[in-house]
Amino acid sequence: MKKTHTSAQRFTIQRIGFGVLTITAIATVLPIFLIVYLIVVEGSPAISWEFITGYPSDGMRAGGILPAIIGTVLLTFGTAIFTMPFGIGAAIYLSEYASESRWTRLIRLAIISLAGIPSVVYGLFGLGLFVLFMNLGTSILAGSLTLGVMTLPVVISASEEALRAVPQSFRVVSVSLGATQWQTVRRIVLPEAVPGILTGIILGLERAAGETAPILFTAAAFYLPQLPTSPLDATMALPYHLYVIATQVPGMPTEIQYATALVLLVFVLSMNIIATMIRSRARARRQW
Amino acid sequence: MKSSISHSRSESVISGIIKITGYSAIIFVSLIFIFLLRSGLPTLREVNFESLFGSRWYPIEDFFGLIPLIGGTLIVTIGAAIIAIPFGIGTAIYIAEIAPRSVREFLKPLVEVLGGLPSVVLGFIGFLILAPYLRRLLLLNTGLSALTGSLLLAAISLPTIVSIAEDALDAVPQSYRDAALALGATDWQTIWRVTLPAAKSGVVTAVMLGIGRAIGETMTVMMVTGNAAVIPRGLSALFSPARTMTATIAAEMGEVATDSVHYHVLFFIGIVLFLISLLINVIASAVIFRQKKRSERILS
Repeated sequence: MKKTHTSAQRFTIQRIGFGVLTITAIATVLPIFLIVYLIVVEGSPAISWEFITGYPSDGMRAGGILPAIIGTVLLTFGTAIFTMPFGIGAAIYLSEYASESRWTRLIRLAIISLAGIPSVVYGLFGLGLFVLFMNLGTSILAGSLTLGVMTLPVVISASEEALRAVPQSFRVVSVSLGATQWQTVRRIVLPEAVPGILTGIILGLERAAGETAPILFTAAAFYLPQLPTSPLDATMALPYHLYVIATQVPGMPTEIQYATALVLLVFVLSMNIIATMIRSRARARRQW
Repeated sequence: MKSSISHSRSESVISGIIKITGYSAIIFVSLIFIFLLRSGLPTLREVNFESLFGSRWYPIEDFFGLIPLIGGTLIVTIGAAIIAIPFGIGTAIYIAEIAPRSVREFLKPLVEVLGGLPSVVLGFIGFLILAPYLRRLLLLNTGLSALTGSLLLAAISLPTIVSIAEDALDAVPQSYRDAALALGATDWQTIWRVTLPAAKSGVVTAVMLGIGRAIGETMTVMMVTGNAAVIPRGLSALFSPARTMTATIAAEMGEVATDSVHYHVLFFIGIVLFLISLLINVIASAVIFRQKKRSERILS
């Protein structure tokens, strides 16, 4: 050791160091408060029943955002429909059926790769496969499929973790009573893992609901005067609408921009809160 | 007897279905790669190599030089990393090692909330508030610059870095710290010389995945960097507009004709982004597998 500090010096260094780390932590979370505060304060005056349930008018500079809200709800549901069977199925396979092998390692590598692919690349993929190759056009269906693939890794990892958390003894008892493997999974393991799986699905959908890049060329429409009537219709969506009115429409009143951001934020954060509540309630009730 | 036969048949059908869904992740990664290649590879036939690595991106006149876009991604990402790495690791250390329990229980979900903010919301605030503010503060021509992009990308990669690094610090056995403290080290010395080195590989993974998120981020950078395709030269480039690979795809794909040269080049950029993200995640996961860590990290 080149230099030694006296005990008093060492504690001074520690105090300064802890102070610096505290400041970095504050600097990390402070912007969250500022952003949320700003959007709530600036956006809430423009929120009204008419804004939530009305159609855009005057080149989107007035009126409501109903088509964008409905579009995001539909896309989120569509994403759930596509991602749940694959995601939960894959998690059951990894947790209950497969033994560790080169193949399962490859599956895990694929899951991690899916999680890392940039959202705009999902957009290209959706355009190539769903919109053009499968000829679905720019549609809710194509957008939901694209977002569904993007959400898959989140659902698989969360569900697998929830399934693995169920104690092994539950399975042993079930099988020893004569149940088949599927009966054990369906009646014993899966019900215990439902809260964890649900949490993962909602967190995955939260991300899907807020994404813009994957739906840019697969589902989103700049402006539509009516609600979609079929899954093959294009749709407005909250995140894309916010992008449009923030950067593409000159003379846009800022309170409408903030109000749109507020609706999106409430939509996304309430999913986050629901997921957190399910998780903590399940933890409190758990008896094993 | 009969029922048990039909039982075993349905049992094997279900096992088969579950196995297929089990392999779905591999199927989808392959499909993504195939469809990127299908529309991206024609680029190599249509645009000659010199032009592809030229210094001009001006698709209307058939200039498809990727260097300004790669440069834009580099400068914005490096700027983000310079900000996000110290703050991310600092926050992780604070949460894992210093904060009292109550503060910790408060901070962790808050960082998750930051991770859950849609990127378009960050882009919106950046466009409306941060960019004009930076322009006045630094007396720039425009606030829509690489710097604004870097600051927002830092905010986007911070949650990833904090939560994975915090996990890694948390996984260091308590006995390590106890031993260091028993030898007379202060808490500070224990953190720097024992806990952090022990968690090194996890912290490196955290930084890599955080940078991966920054490279792939699209909407935020598209809204705040000004989208000028110029090759960054020197430090001043940080204060000028820039254009990243992701923003180029997002901004131009809507206007190109299907199967035109421009269309193929945009998919080619997609291939480059796909390979970069694959590389980052494969290396990071190799570290994770070595540590036998939980699957939780891709959730963050």
